Amino acid sequence: MVKKNWWKILSLLLLIYTVVAGFLMKVPDLPIIHQSIRNLFFHVCMWFGMMILFIISFVYSMKYLRGFNLRNDIIAQQFAAVGTFFGILGYTTGAIWANYTWITDQSQSLGSVLKEPKLIGAAIALLIYGEYFVLRGSFNDIDKKARISAVYNIFAFAMLFPSIWIIPRLVGSLHPGAPGSDTGNPALNAQKDLDATMRMVFYPAVIGWTLVGVWLANLRIRIQLIKDKSLINE
Amino acid sequence: MTKRIFALLKKDILLEFRQKHTFYGILLYIASTIFVLYLSMDKPDASVWNGLFWVIQLFICVNAVAKSFLQESRGRMLYFYSIASPIEFVIAKILYNIVLMIFMSLISLFLFFMFLENPVSDSLRFMLIVILGGASISIVFTLMSAIAAKANQNAALIAILGFPVILPMLLMLIRLSKSAFGEIFKAGAVLQLAGLIAGLDVLVLAMAIILFPYLWKD
Repeated sequence: MVKKNWWKILSLLLLIYTVVAGFLMKVPDLPIIHQSIRNLFFHVCMWFGMMILFIISFVYSMKYLRGFNLRNDIIAQQFAAVGTFFGILGYTTGAIWANYTWITDQSQSLGSVLKEPKLIGAAIALLIYGEYFVLRGSFNDIDKKARISAVYNIFAFAMLFPSIWIIPRLVGSLHPGAPGSDTGNPALNAQKDLDATMRMVFYPAVIGWTLVGVWLANLRIRIQLIKDKSLINE
Repeated sequence: MTKRIFALLKKDILLEFRQKHTFYGILLYIASTIFVLYLSMDKPDASVWNGLFWVIQLFICVNAVAKSFLQESRGRMLYFYSIASPIEFVIAKILYNIVLMIFMSLISLFLFFMFLENPVSDSLRFMLIVILGGASISIVFTLMSAIAAKANQNAALIAILGFPVILPMLLMLIRLSKSAFGEIFKAGAVLQLAGLIAGLDVLVLAMAIILFPYLWKD
């Protein structure tokens, strides 16, 4: 059992480490950000996890179109669902973070601060993936649903790049990694922006959260496979 | 291959000329929306003008391009299936929609200039951006229309599917068109942005050509 499930144990251990070390370790005390920098271990990891889950979903959609095996469609769907969930969590943690760091004077509301190119891009990406589920809901025929939504999923993945990688690079923003700050990466540059002790928690946290995402998707896939047992012949 | 693409293209254009009501319908739609804008606001400033223009383009595209796959009946699709390859078919559709959309965009630009004054400082540049924008929007909506045509309640779905997908492109177009309003850009930034939009078009075009064969057969 341990041989097969070692990664689940690993993810659990890594997350315990993330939470404990993330909240207790000494962090550099920067102006404005102060202790809220600890959110980095949660907020940034959500986006890393989302991107990895979407890549897996994309690969399985391509696999579906190559062999029309319904199993691959279920896998693609569930990974996209968990990826979207991670995206929503990433957006929420970011909004909470922005609430404490970006609002500089009392008259500013959270709504006005959140009108940032980076956040708009992320919201667009999540909307595009939201469409994927709307599209899935609009079919009666299972094979047709699987095929058309696989096509859409590939397209959605392609549109992810302009919305979260390209547009945020073009315009100024309060978010780290805006054109003026010369970091290159649209969100953060782990080599330059983080000090060594933070990196020691950050990388395990990314792996831990991603593994939890895969675990979640894995459970959902298994439930769906049992539900659709009669449809899949292997 | 090119011969068949042109035959399909010619068929679409001929069809448009024979069934003039849809074509005039869209023209009337453009004229009436812009006339409503003219009545409701007399002289919008440049950024409002720009925003309104692209929103109108979006709605024109939903009306003009969305029907491209919905109008084909099942039997006719089967006939196309037997005479042409899916790649030829989708290229012909995209070309036709680009031509249609650029035409509609230019008409609406003309009407905007006529009714809502002209805050654009570099009209020729804005016209080029409009042509690029019309082509980009129509490529995306052709693919979305092909996807939506396969679903139930497809007419409602096209709008829902298309809007989030078009947003990144529309944001870049609005940003690019600010250069024609006299906003100063960094050296080379305008060309870079235009190149980016064109690159995105090529990406969507490639996606359409790769993915359409899977959408086609039932």
